[in-house]
Amino acid sequence: MKIVFLLAACFSILAVALICIFLFANGVPAIWKIGVLDFLLGQKWMPANQLFGIFPMIVGSVYVTAGAIIVGVPMGILCAVFLARFCPERLYKIVKPAVSLLAGIPSIVYGFFGLVVIVPIMQDLTGGNGKGVLTASILLGIMILPTVIGVSESAIRAVPNSYYEGALALGATHERSVFFTLLPAAKQGILAGVILGVGRAIGETMAVIMIAGNQPVVPDSIFGGVRTLTANIVMEMGYAADLHREALLGTGVVLFVFILIINLSFSALKRRRS
Amino acid sequence: MRVQNKEKISQRLRSYKKQPLSALLFLLVMFSAVVTLSVLIALIAYILFKGIPNLSPELFAWEYTTENVSMMPAIINTLIITALSLLFALPIGIASAIYLVEYAKRGNKLVSLVRVTTETLSGIPSIVYGLFGYLFFNIFLEWSYTILGGALTLAIMILPLIMRTTEEALIAVPDLYREGSFGLGAGKLRTVFRIVLPSAVPGILAGVILAIGRIVGETAALLYPAGTAAQVADGLMSSGRTLAVHMYALLNEGLYMEQAYATAVVLLVMVIGINALSGLIAKKVGVKE
Repeated sequence: MKIVFLLAACFSILAVALICIFLFANGVPAIWKIGVLDFLLGQKWMPANQLFGIFPMIVGSVYVTAGAIIVGVPMGILCAVFLARFCPERLYKIVKPAVSLLAGIPSIVYGFFGLVVIVPIMQDLTGGNGKGVLTASILLGIMILPTVIGVSESAIRAVPNSYYEGALALGATHERSVFFTLLPAAKQGILAGVILGVGRAIGETMAVIMIAGNQPVVPDSIFGGVRTLTANIVMEMGYAADLHREALLGTGVVLFVFILIINLSFSALKRRRS
Repeated sequence: MRVQNKEKISQRLRSYKKQPLSALLFLLVMFSAVVTLSVLIALIAYILFKGIPNLSPELFAWEYTTENVSMMPAIINTLIITALSLLFALPIGIASAIYLVEYAKRGNKLVSLVRVTTETLSGIPSIVYGLFGYLFFNIFLEWSYTILGGALTLAIMILPLIMRTTEEALIAVPDLYREGSFGLGAGKLRTVFRIVLPSAVPGILAGVILAIGRIVGETAALLYPAGTAAQVADGLMSSGRTLAVHMYALLNEGLYMEQAYATAVVLLVMVIGINALSGLIAKKVGVKE
Protein backbone atom coordinates (compact mmCIF):
# COMPACT_ATOMS: atom_id res chain seq x y z
CA MET A 1 0.00 0.00 0.00
CA LYS A 2 2.89 2.27 0.74
CA ILE A 3 3.86 2.10 -2.90
CA VAL A 4 0.45 3.47 -3.92
CA PHE A 5 0.89 6.49 -1.68
CA LEU A 6 4.41 6.93 -3.00
CA LEU A 7 3.18 6.86 -6.59
CA ALA A 8 0.52 9.42 -5.78
CA ALA A 9 3.16 11.66 -4.23
CA CYS A 10 5.21 11.36 -7.40
CA PHE A 11 2.27 12.60 -9.45
CA SER A 12 3.07 16.24 -8.78
CA ILE A 13 6.61 15.64 -10.05
CA LEU A 14 5.16 14.03 -13.16
CA ALA A 15 2.76 16.94 -13.64
CA VAL A 16 5.50 19.56 -13.49
CA ALA A 17 7.67 17.48 -15.81
CA LEU A 18 4.85 17.10 -18.32
CA ILE A 19 4.01 20.80 -18.23
CA CYS A 20 7.67 21.71 -18.81
CA ILE A 21 8.14 19.18 -21.59
CA PHE A 22 4.98 20.08 -23.48
CA LEU A 23 5.46 23.83 -23.23
CA PHE A 24 9.13 23.80 -24.16
CA ALA A 25 8.84 21.17 -26.87
CA ASN A 26 6.07 23.14 -28.57
CA GLY A 27 7.26 26.67 -27.92
CA VAL A 28 11.03 26.59 -28.20
CA PRO A 29 11.23 25.44 -31.88
CA ALA A 30 9.12 28.45 -32.87
CA ILE A 31 11.44 30.77 -30.98
CA TRP A 32 14.38 29.27 -32.87
CA LYS A 33 12.57 29.52 -36.19
CA ILE A 34 11.78 33.18 -35.64
CA GLY A 35 15.20 33.83 -34.14
CA VAL A 36 15.71 34.29 -30.42
CA LEU A 37 16.62 37.96 -30.66
CA ASP A 38 13.96 38.77 -33.25
CA PHE A 39 11.40 37.11 -31.03
CA LEU A 40 12.39 38.57 -27.67
CA LEU A 41 13.49 42.02 -28.83
CA GLY A 42 11.39 42.47 -31.96
CA GLN A 43 9.28 45.62 -31.71
CA LYS A 44 6.56 44.55 -34.11
CA TRP A 45 3.87 41.93 -33.60
CA MET A 46 2.14 41.57 -36.95
CA PRO A 47 1.09 37.96 -37.46
CA ALA A 48 -0.30 38.77 -40.91
CA ASN A 49 3.16 39.93 -42.02
CA GLN A 50 4.96 37.10 -40.26
CA LEU A 51 6.47 39.55 -37.78
CA PHE A 52 6.56 38.05 -34.31
CA GLY A 53 8.34 40.35 -31.88
CA ILE A 54 7.08 40.09 -28.33
CA PHE A 55 9.16 42.89 -26.85
CA PRO A 56 6.08 45.14 -26.44
CA MET A 57 4.32 42.37 -24.53
CA ILE A 58 7.30 41.75 -22.26
CA VAL A 59 7.44 45.46 -21.54
CA GLY A 60 3.67 45.46 -21.03
CA SER A 61 3.81 42.66 -18.49
CA VAL A 62 6.69 44.33 -16.66
CA TYR A 63 4.92 47.71 -16.61
CA VAL A 64 1.61 46.48 -15.24
CA THR A 65 3.36 44.25 -12.71
CA ALA A 66 5.52 47.14 -11.53
CA GLY A 67 2.40 49.29 -11.35
CA ALA A 68 0.62 46.63 -9.34
CA ILE A 69 3.55 46.54 -6.91
CA ILE A 70 3.48 50.32 -6.49
CA VAL A 71 -0.26 50.29 -5.86
CA GLY A 72 -0.65 47.04 -3.95
CA VAL A 73 2.47 46.45 -1.89
CA PRO A 74 2.55 49.50 0.43
CA MET A 75 -1.18 49.17 0.95
CA GLY A 76 -0.89 45.44 1.58
CA ILE A 77 1.96 45.75 4.08
CA LEU A 78 0.19 48.53 5.99
CA CYS A 79 -2.96 46.45 6.03
CA ALA A 80 -0.99 43.46 7.33
CA VAL A 81 0.40 45.68 10.09
CA PHE A 82 -3.15 46.70 10.90
CA LEU A 83 -4.32 43.09 11.11
CA ALA A 84 -1.34 41.92 13.14
CA ARG A 85 -0.88 44.79 15.57
CA PHE A 86 -3.64 47.41 15.42
CA CYS A 87 -6.86 45.51 14.93
CA PRO A 88 -9.16 44.92 17.91
CA GLU A 89 -10.07 41.27 18.20
CA ARG A 90 -13.74 41.79 17.43
CA LEU A 91 -12.98 43.71 14.26
CA TYR A 92 -10.42 41.07 13.27
CA LYS A 93 -13.17 38.48 12.99
CA ILE A 94 -14.76 40.63 10.29
CA VAL A 95 -11.70 41.99 8.49
CA LYS A 96 -9.80 38.71 8.16
CA PRO A 97 -12.58 36.82 6.34
CA ALA A 98 -13.12 39.93 4.20
CA VAL A 99 -9.50 39.76 3.05
CA SER A 100 -9.78 36.07 2.20
CA LEU A 101 -12.97 36.83 0.31
CA LEU A 102 -10.98 39.36 -1.69
CA ALA A 103 -8.69 36.47 -2.63
CA GLY A 104 -11.62 34.27 -3.62
CA ILE A 105 -13.33 36.63 -6.04
CA PRO A 106 -12.83 35.28 -9.58
CA SER A 107 -10.52 37.27 -11.82
CA ILE A 108 -13.22 37.58 -14.46
CA VAL A 109 -15.36 39.44 -11.90
CA TYR A 110 -12.43 41.72 -11.07
CA GLY A 111 -11.99 42.38 -14.77
CA PHE A 112 -15.66 43.18 -15.14
CA PHE A 113 -15.53 45.54 -12.17
CA GLY A 114 -12.51 47.23 -13.72
CA LEU A 115 -14.30 47.53 -17.04
CA VAL A 116 -17.52 49.05 -15.72
CA VAL A 117 -16.13 51.12 -12.81
CA ILE A 118 -12.42 51.94 -13.11
CA VAL A 119 -12.33 52.42 -16.89
CA PRO A 120 -15.13 55.06 -16.94
CA ILE A 121 -13.47 56.91 -14.05
CA MET A 122 -10.21 56.94 -16.00
CA GLN A 123 -12.03 58.16 -19.10
CA ASP A 124 -13.35 61.12 -17.14
CA LEU A 125 -9.95 61.87 -15.67
CA THR A 126 -7.82 61.56 -18.78
CA GLY A 127 -10.19 61.96 -21.70
CA GLY A 128 -8.75 58.90 -23.41
CA ASN A 129 -10.45 55.53 -23.70
CA GLY A 130 -9.56 54.75 -20.10
CA LYS A 131 -7.82 51.47 -20.79
CA GLY A 132 -4.11 51.29 -20.19
CA VAL A 133 -1.16 50.76 -17.90
CA LEU A 134 -2.54 52.82 -15.02
CA THR A 135 -5.98 51.18 -15.03
CA ALA A 136 -4.46 47.70 -15.17
CA SER A 137 -1.98 48.59 -12.42
CA ILE A 138 -4.71 49.76 -10.08
CA LEU A 139 -6.84 46.67 -10.62
CA LEU A 140 -3.88 44.28 -10.35
CA GLY A 141 -2.75 46.15 -7.24
CA ILE A 142 -6.13 45.37 -5.68
CA MET A 143 -5.93 41.76 -6.83
CA ILE A 144 -2.53 41.11 -5.24
CA LEU A 145 -3.60 42.71 -1.94
CA PRO A 146 -4.82 39.49 -0.29
CA THR A 147 -1.61 37.64 -1.20
CA VAL A 148 0.63 40.38 0.16
CA ILE A 149 -1.53 40.86 3.25
CA GLY A 150 -1.73 37.15 4.09
CA VAL A 151 1.98 36.38 3.82
CA SER A 152 3.10 39.65 5.44
CA GLU A 153 0.71 39.24 8.35
CA SER A 154 1.99 35.81 9.24
CA ALA A 155 5.57 37.06 8.87
CA ILE A 156 4.87 39.93 11.29
CA ARG A 157 3.15 37.57 13.71
CA ALA A 158 6.11 35.20 13.59
CA VAL A 159 8.46 37.84 15.08
CA PRO A 160 8.94 37.15 18.82
CA ASN A 161 6.88 39.51 20.95
CA SER A 162 9.96 40.32 23.01
CA TYR A 163 11.22 42.52 20.13
CA TYR A 164 8.12 44.65 20.42
CA GLU A 165 8.17 44.71 24.20
CA GLY A 166 11.84 45.62 24.22
CA ALA A 167 11.18 48.59 21.95
CA LEU A 168 8.27 49.70 24.12
CA ALA A 169 10.43 49.43 27.22
CA LEU A 170 12.99 51.71 25.62
CA GLY A 171 10.28 54.35 25.36
CA ALA A 172 9.25 53.95 21.74
CA THR A 173 5.59 54.46 20.89
CA HIS A 174 3.44 51.57 19.70
CA GLU A 175 3.81 52.68 16.07
CA ARG A 176 7.57 53.14 16.27
CA SER A 177 7.97 49.73 17.91
CA VAL A 178 5.92 48.08 15.19
CA PHE A 179 7.48 49.87 12.24
CA PHE A 180 11.11 50.01 13.38
CA THR A 181 11.54 46.69 15.18
CA LEU A 182 8.84 44.26 14.02
CA LEU A 183 8.83 45.18 10.33
CA PRO A 184 12.62 44.97 9.84
CA ALA A 185 12.62 41.61 11.63
CA ALA A 186 9.85 40.36 9.35
CA LYS A 187 11.29 41.77 6.13
CA GLN A 188 12.22 38.43 4.57
CA GLY A 189 8.74 37.07 5.04
CA ILE A 190 7.25 40.26 3.68
CA LEU A 191 9.56 40.06 0.66
CA ALA A 192 8.34 36.51 0.06
CA GLY A 193 4.79 37.84 0.07
CA VAL A 194 5.70 40.53 -2.42
CA ILE A 195 7.33 37.98 -4.73
CA LEU A 196 4.22 35.82 -4.54
CA GLY A 197 2.17 38.90 -5.42
CA VAL A 198 4.42 39.60 -8.41
CA GLY A 199 3.81 36.05 -9.58
CA ARG A 200 0.08 36.58 -9.38
CA ALA A 201 0.23 39.91 -11.16
CA ILE A 202 2.38 38.72 -14.05
CA GLY A 203 0.27 35.61 -14.59
CA GLU A 204 -3.08 37.34 -14.38
CA THR A 205 -4.99 37.08 -17.61
CA MET A 206 -8.71 37.54 -17.58
CA ALA A 207 -8.81 40.76 -15.58
CA VAL A 208 -5.98 42.39 -17.52
CA ILE A 209 -7.37 41.55 -20.93
CA MET A 210 -10.48 43.66 -20.25
CA ILE A 211 -8.84 46.83 -19.07
CA ALA A 212 -5.33 47.10 -20.49
CA GLY A 213 -6.29 48.10 -24.03
CA ASN A 214 -4.33 45.23 -25.60
CA GLN A 215 -2.45 47.21 -28.28
CA PRO A 216 0.78 45.35 -29.04
CA VAL A 217 2.99 48.42 -28.79
CA VAL A 218 5.29 49.81 -26.14
CA PRO A 219 3.12 52.41 -24.39
CA ASP A 220 4.31 56.02 -24.49
CA SER A 221 2.66 57.04 -21.23
CA ILE A 222 1.01 55.44 -18.22
CA PHE A 223 -2.35 56.07 -19.84
CA GLY A 224 -1.36 54.25 -23.04
CA GLY A 225 -2.77 50.84 -23.82
CA VAL A 226 -0.62 47.75 -23.37
CA ARG A 227 -0.85 44.08 -24.11
CA THR A 228 0.65 41.63 -21.63
CA LEU A 229 2.16 38.24 -22.45
CA THR A 230 -0.89 36.53 -20.99
CA ALA A 231 -3.33 38.66 -22.98
CA ASN A 232 -1.41 37.94 -26.17
CA ILE A 233 -1.95 34.21 -25.71
CA VAL A 234 -5.64 34.34 -24.81
CA MET A 235 -6.61 36.82 -27.50
CA GLU A 236 -5.11 35.08 -30.49
CA MET A 237 -4.87 31.40 -29.56
CA GLY A 238 -8.44 30.79 -30.68
CA TYR A 239 -7.82 31.44 -34.37
CA ALA A 240 -4.05 31.28 -34.80
CA ALA A 241 -2.47 28.70 -37.11
CA ASP A 242 1.00 27.52 -38.11
CA LEU A 243 3.87 29.79 -37.14
CA HIS A 244 1.49 32.29 -35.53
CA ARG A 245 0.20 29.58 -33.18
CA GLU A 246 3.73 28.44 -32.42
CA ALA A 247 4.75 32.01 -31.69
CA LEU A 248 1.94 32.20 -29.16
CA LEU A 249 3.22 29.01 -27.54
CA GLY A 250 6.63 30.68 -27.50
CA THR A 251 5.01 33.58 -25.67
CA GLY A 252 3.75 31.00 -23.17
CA VAL A 253 7.30 29.69 -22.75
CA VAL A 254 8.61 33.19 -22.00
CA LEU A 255 5.84 33.70 -19.44
CA PHE A 256 6.54 30.30 -17.92
CA VAL A 257 10.25 31.08 -17.58
CA PHE A 258 9.38 34.36 -15.82
CA ILE A 259 7.13 32.43 -13.43
CA LEU A 260 9.75 29.75 -12.78
CA ILE A 261 12.32 32.41 -11.87
CA ILE A 262 9.84 34.08 -9.52
CA ASN A 263 8.88 30.73 -7.96
CA LEU A 264 12.47 29.68 -7.45
CA SER A 265 13.38 32.93 -5.74
CA PHE A 266 10.32 32.54 -3.53
CA SER A 267 11.32 29.02 -2.49
CA ALA A 268 14.93 30.07 -1.97
CA LEU A 269 13.79 32.90 0.28
CA LYS A 270 11.50 30.58 2.21
CA ARG A 271 14.24 28.04 2.71
CA ARG A 272 16.66 30.69 3.97
CA ARG A 273 14.09 31.73 6.56
CA SER A 274 13.55 28.26 7.98
CA MET B 1 -10.38 45.31 30.26
CA ARG B 2 -12.43 47.93 28.52
CA VAL B 3 -11.43 50.67 30.98
CA GLN B 4 -7.80 49.83 30.37
CA ASN B 5 -8.34 50.23 26.67
CA LYS B 6 -9.89 53.62 27.07
CA GLU B 7 -6.98 54.80 29.16
CA LYS B 8 -4.65 53.54 26.53
CA ILE B 9 -6.46 55.46 23.81
CA SER B 10 -6.40 58.75 25.68
CA GLN B 11 -2.76 58.21 26.51
CA ARG B 12 -2.05 57.48 22.90
CA LEU B 13 -3.82 60.60 21.72
CA ARG B 14 -1.72 62.67 24.06
CA SER B 15 1.48 61.06 22.88
CA TYR B 16 0.57 61.64 19.23
CA LYS B 17 0.83 65.38 19.81
CA LYS B 18 4.45 64.95 20.76
CA GLN B 19 5.16 62.24 18.21
CA PRO B 20 4.12 63.39 14.74
CA LEU B 21 5.82 60.42 13.05
CA SER B 22 3.86 57.94 15.12
CA ALA B 23 0.67 59.81 14.41
CA LEU B 24 1.42 59.72 10.69
CA LEU B 25 2.16 55.98 10.75
CA PHE B 26 -1.03 55.35 12.68
CA LEU B 27 -3.05 57.30 10.15
CA LEU B 28 -1.41 55.45 7.25
CA VAL B 29 -2.21 52.07 8.76
CA MET B 30 -5.82 53.02 9.39
CA PHE B 31 -6.12 54.58 5.96
CA SER B 32 -4.98 51.46 4.12
CA ALA B 33 -7.20 49.20 6.21
CA VAL B 34 -10.18 51.40 5.44
CA VAL B 35 -9.32 51.57 1.73
CA THR B 36 -8.89 47.80 1.43
CA LEU B 37 -12.21 47.15 3.10
CA SER B 38 -14.02 49.81 1.10
CA VAL B 39 -12.69 48.41 -2.18
CA LEU B 40 -14.17 45.04 -1.26
CA ILE B 41 -17.46 46.56 -0.17
CA ALA B 42 -17.62 48.77 -3.26
CA LEU B 43 -16.99 45.80 -5.55
CA ILE B 44 -19.61 43.58 -3.97
CA ALA B 45 -22.16 46.38 -3.55
CA TYR B 46 -21.74 47.65 -7.09
CA ILE B 47 -22.16 44.24 -8.69
CA LEU B 48 -25.12 43.28 -6.52
CA PHE B 49 -26.75 46.69 -7.01
CA LYS B 50 -26.37 46.69 -10.79
CA GLY B 51 -26.79 42.97 -11.27
CA ILE B 52 -29.78 41.95 -9.18
CA PRO B 53 -32.28 43.98 -11.29
CA ASN B 54 -30.98 42.07 -14.31
CA LEU B 55 -31.64 38.67 -12.82
CA SER B 56 -34.68 37.20 -14.51
CA PRO B 57 -36.22 33.72 -14.54
CA GLU B 58 -35.48 33.44 -18.27
CA LEU B 59 -31.77 33.57 -17.52
CA PHE B 60 -32.19 30.27 -15.69
CA ALA B 61 -33.99 28.51 -18.53
CA TRP B 62 -32.73 25.05 -19.41
CA GLU B 63 -31.88 25.94 -22.99
CA TYR B 64 -29.35 28.46 -24.22
CA THR B 65 -30.41 30.38 -27.31
CA THR B 66 -29.01 33.50 -28.91
CA GLU B 67 -32.17 35.39 -27.91
CA ASN B 68 -32.00 34.18 -24.34
CA VAL B 69 -28.42 33.64 -23.18
CA SER B 70 -29.41 31.43 -20.27
CA MET B 71 -26.73 30.67 -17.74
CA MET B 72 -28.32 27.41 -16.57
CA PRO B 73 -26.32 25.18 -18.94
CA ALA B 74 -23.16 26.92 -17.74
CA ILE B 75 -24.12 26.31 -14.12
CA ILE B 76 -24.69 22.62 -14.83
CA ASN B 77 -21.36 22.41 -16.66
CA THR B 78 -19.68 24.07 -13.69
CA LEU B 79 -21.09 21.40 -11.39
CA ILE B 80 -19.97 18.60 -13.73
CA ILE B 81 -16.44 19.99 -14.12
CA THR B 82 -16.13 20.61 -10.37
CA ALA B 83 -17.19 17.04 -9.57
CA LEU B 84 -14.86 15.58 -12.20
CA SER B 85 -11.84 17.61 -11.08
CA LEU B 86 -12.38 16.62 -7.46
CA LEU B 87 -12.82 13.00 -8.50
CA PHE B 88 -9.28 13.05 -9.90
CA ALA B 89 -7.54 15.45 -7.57
CA LEU B 90 -8.91 14.22 -4.22
CA PRO B 91 -7.61 10.62 -4.20
CA ILE B 92 -4.21 11.66 -5.54
CA GLY B 93 -3.93 14.67 -3.26
CA ILE B 94 -4.97 12.80 -0.13
CA ALA B 95 -2.77 9.80 -0.93
CA SER B 96 0.28 12.04 -1.51
CA ALA B 97 -0.38 13.88 1.73
CA ILE B 98 -0.63 10.52 3.55
CA TYR B 99 2.70 9.53 2.08
CA LEU B 100 4.35 12.81 3.03
CA VAL B 101 3.03 12.85 6.60
CA GLU B 102 2.69 9.20 7.58
CA TYR B 103 5.25 7.28 5.56
CA ALA B 104 8.12 9.44 4.38
CA LYS B 105 11.20 9.66 6.54
CA ARG B 106 12.69 12.97 7.49
CA GLY B 107 15.24 14.37 5.06
CA ASN B 108 14.02 12.09 2.29
CA LYS B 109 15.27 13.49 -1.05
CA LEU B 110 12.05 12.56 -2.80
CA VAL B 111 10.00 14.48 -0.24
CA SER B 112 11.89 17.70 -0.85
CA LEU B 113 11.49 17.21 -4.60
CA VAL B 114 7.74 16.72 -4.13
CA ARG B 115 7.63 19.89 -2.05
CA VAL B 116 9.45 21.92 -4.68
CA THR B 117 7.19 20.64 -7.45
CA THR B 118 3.98 21.28 -5.50
CA GLU B 119 5.18 24.80 -4.77
CA THR B 120 5.91 25.23 -8.47
CA LEU B 121 2.46 23.91 -9.37
CA SER B 122 0.77 26.35 -7.03
CA GLY B 123 2.69 29.25 -8.58
CA ILE B 124 1.89 28.45 -12.21
CA PRO B 125 -0.69 30.91 -13.58
CA SER B 126 -3.93 29.54 -14.91
CA ILE B 127 -3.22 30.58 -18.50
CA VAL B 128 -0.16 28.30 -18.51
CA TYR B 129 -2.35 25.46 -17.26
CA GLY B 130 -4.75 26.27 -20.05
CA LEU B 131 -1.95 26.13 -22.65
CA PHE B 132 -0.70 22.85 -21.23
CA GLY B 133 -4.18 21.35 -21.22
CA TYR B 134 -4.63 22.41 -24.82
CA LEU B 135 -1.26 21.01 -25.90
CA PHE B 136 -1.69 17.73 -24.01
CA PHE B 137 -5.35 16.87 -24.46
CA ASN B 138 -6.32 18.65 -27.67
CA ILE B 139 -3.09 18.34 -29.67
CA PHE B 140 -1.19 15.36 -28.25
CA LEU B 141 -4.15 13.10 -27.43
CA GLU B 142 -6.13 14.60 -30.34
CA TRP B 143 -9.30 15.16 -28.33
CA SER B 144 -11.43 18.03 -29.46
CA TYR B 145 -12.61 20.57 -26.88
CA THR B 146 -13.80 18.37 -23.99
CA ILE B 147 -14.98 18.98 -20.47
CA LEU B 148 -12.92 15.95 -19.44
CA GLY B 149 -9.75 17.70 -20.64
CA GLY B 150 -10.80 20.84 -18.81
CA ALA B 151 -11.54 18.94 -15.62
CA LEU B 152 -8.20 17.10 -15.75
CA THR B 153 -6.37 20.39 -16.28
CA LEU B 154 -8.14 21.86 -13.26
CA ALA B 155 -7.41 18.71 -11.26
CA ILE B 156 -3.68 19.36 -11.67
CA MET B 157 -4.26 23.00 -10.78
CA ILE B 158 -6.03 22.29 -7.47
CA LEU B 159 -3.76 19.38 -6.54
CA PRO B 160 -1.26 21.49 -4.54
CA LEU B 161 -4.11 23.11 -2.60
CA ILE B 162 -5.63 19.73 -1.67
CA MET B 163 -2.20 18.34 -0.77
CA ARG B 164 -1.31 21.26 1.46
CA THR B 165 -4.59 21.38 3.38
CA THR B 166 -4.67 17.59 3.81
CA GLU B 167 -1.08 17.61 5.03
CA GLU B 168 -1.88 20.29 7.59
CA ALA B 169 -4.96 18.38 8.72
CA LEU B 170 -2.97 15.14 9.09
CA ILE B 171 -0.17 16.85 10.99
CA ALA B 172 -2.75 18.35 13.36
CA VAL B 173 -3.90 14.86 14.41
CA PRO B 174 -2.14 14.19 17.73
CA ASP B 175 0.44 11.39 17.75
CA LEU B 176 -1.37 9.92 20.76
CA TYR B 177 -4.10 8.68 18.42
CA ARG B 178 -1.57 6.83 16.30
CA GLU B 179 0.23 5.39 19.32
CA GLY B 180 -3.06 4.29 20.86
CA SER B 181 -4.03 2.55 17.65
CA PHE B 182 -0.67 0.82 17.33
CA GLY B 183 -0.90 -0.14 21.01
CA LEU B 184 -4.18 -1.91 20.35
CA GLY B 185 -2.46 -3.93 17.67
CA ALA B 186 -3.65 -2.15 14.53
CA GLY B 187 -1.30 -2.04 11.58
CA LYS B 188 -0.05 1.09 9.85
CA LEU B 189 -2.63 1.06 7.10
CA ARG B 190 -5.55 0.44 9.46
CA THR B 191 -4.32 3.24 11.70
CA VAL B 192 -4.16 5.65 8.78
CA PHE B 193 -7.59 4.82 7.39
CA ARG B 194 -9.52 4.16 10.59
CA ILE B 195 -7.96 6.62 13.04
CA VAL B 196 -5.95 9.38 11.38
CA LEU B 197 -8.01 10.14 8.27
CA PRO B 198 -11.41 10.36 10.03
CA SER B 199 -10.04 12.86 12.52
CA ALA B 200 -8.58 14.89 9.68
CA VAL B 201 -11.79 15.01 7.63
CA PRO B 202 -12.95 18.53 8.62
CA GLY B 203 -9.57 20.00 7.71
CA ILE B 204 -9.56 18.19 4.39
CA LEU B 205 -13.12 19.35 3.75
CA ALA B 206 -12.16 22.99 4.28
CA GLY B 207 -9.44 22.53 1.64
CA VAL B 208 -11.86 20.87 -0.76
CA ILE B 209 -14.23 23.81 -0.46
CA LEU B 210 -11.42 26.25 -1.19
CA ALA B 211 -10.56 24.15 -4.23
CA ILE B 212 -14.19 24.32 -5.38
CA GLY B 213 -13.95 28.08 -5.09
CA ARG B 214 -10.94 28.10 -7.40
CA ILE B 215 -12.65 25.86 -9.94
CA VAL B 216 -15.80 27.96 -9.99
CA GLY B 217 -13.84 31.15 -10.60
CA GLU B 218 -11.47 29.75 -13.19
CA THR B 219 -11.56 31.01 -16.75
CA ALA B 220 -8.17 31.05 -18.43
CA ALA B 221 -7.33 27.42 -17.71
CA LEU B 222 -10.60 26.18 -19.18
CA LEU B 223 -10.87 28.32 -22.29
CA TYR B 224 -8.75 26.09 -24.54
CA PRO B 225 -9.02 22.56 -23.13
CA ALA B 226 -12.80 22.73 -22.60
CA GLY B 227 -13.87 25.24 -25.20
CA THR B 228 -16.81 27.60 -25.00
CA ALA B 229 -19.87 25.64 -26.16
CA ALA B 230 -22.86 27.24 -24.48
CA GLN B 231 -24.97 24.10 -24.07
CA VAL B 232 -24.86 21.45 -21.40
CA ALA B 233 -22.12 19.02 -22.39
CA ASP B 234 -23.50 15.84 -23.97
CA GLY B 235 -20.85 13.69 -22.43
CA LEU B 236 -17.35 13.80 -21.06
CA MET B 237 -15.91 14.17 -24.54
CA SER B 238 -17.91 17.19 -25.64
CA SER B 239 -17.28 20.87 -25.05
CA GLY B 240 -19.03 22.95 -22.41
CA ARG B 241 -18.38 26.23 -20.66
CA THR B 242 -18.51 26.93 -16.96
CA LEU B 243 -20.16 29.99 -15.48
CA ALA B 244 -16.94 32.03 -15.41
CA VAL B 245 -16.18 31.15 -19.04
CA HIS B 246 -19.80 31.97 -19.88
CA MET B 247 -19.33 35.42 -18.40
CA TYR B 248 -16.13 35.92 -20.38
CA ALA B 249 -17.90 34.88 -23.57
CA LEU B 250 -20.76 37.31 -22.90
CA LEU B 251 -18.34 40.17 -22.32
CA ASN B 252 -16.31 39.19 -25.36
CA GLU B 253 -19.34 39.31 -27.61
CA GLY B 254 -20.14 42.71 -26.15
CA LEU B 255 -23.87 42.45 -26.77
CA TYR B 256 -24.96 41.08 -23.44
CA MET B 257 -23.92 43.58 -20.77
CA GLU B 258 -27.05 43.09 -18.63
CA GLN B 259 -26.72 39.33 -18.71
CA ALA B 260 -23.04 39.69 -17.79
CA TYR B 261 -24.07 41.71 -14.73
CA ALA B 262 -26.51 38.98 -13.75
CA THR B 263 -23.88 36.28 -14.24
CA ALA B 264 -21.45 38.27 -12.11
CA VAL B 265 -24.02 38.31 -9.31
CA VAL B 266 -24.47 34.54 -9.44
CA LEU B 267 -20.70 33.99 -9.53
CA LEU B 268 -20.13 36.38 -6.65
CA VAL B 269 -22.87 34.84 -4.52
CA MET B 270 -21.43 31.37 -5.17
CA VAL B 271 -17.94 32.47 -4.19
CA ILE B 272 -19.11 34.28 -1.06
CA GLY B 273 -21.11 31.21 -0.06
CA ILE B 274 -18.17 28.89 -0.66
CA ASN B 275 -15.87 31.17 1.32
CA ALA B 276 -18.30 31.41 4.22
CA LEU B 277 -18.71 27.63 4.29
CA SER B 278 -14.97 27.07 4.30
CA GLY B 279 -14.52 29.63 7.07
CA LEU B 280 -17.27 27.98 9.10
CA ILE B 281 -15.70 24.55 8.84
CA ALA B 282 -12.22 25.88 9.57
CA LYS B 283 -13.57 27.64 12.65
CA LYS B 284 -15.22 24.45 13.83
CA VAL B 285 -11.95 22.58 13.62
CA GLY B 286 -10.00 25.46 15.01
CA VAL B 287 -7.54 25.34 12.14
CA LYS B 288 -6.41 28.71 10.92
CA GLU B 289 -6.60 29.07 7.20
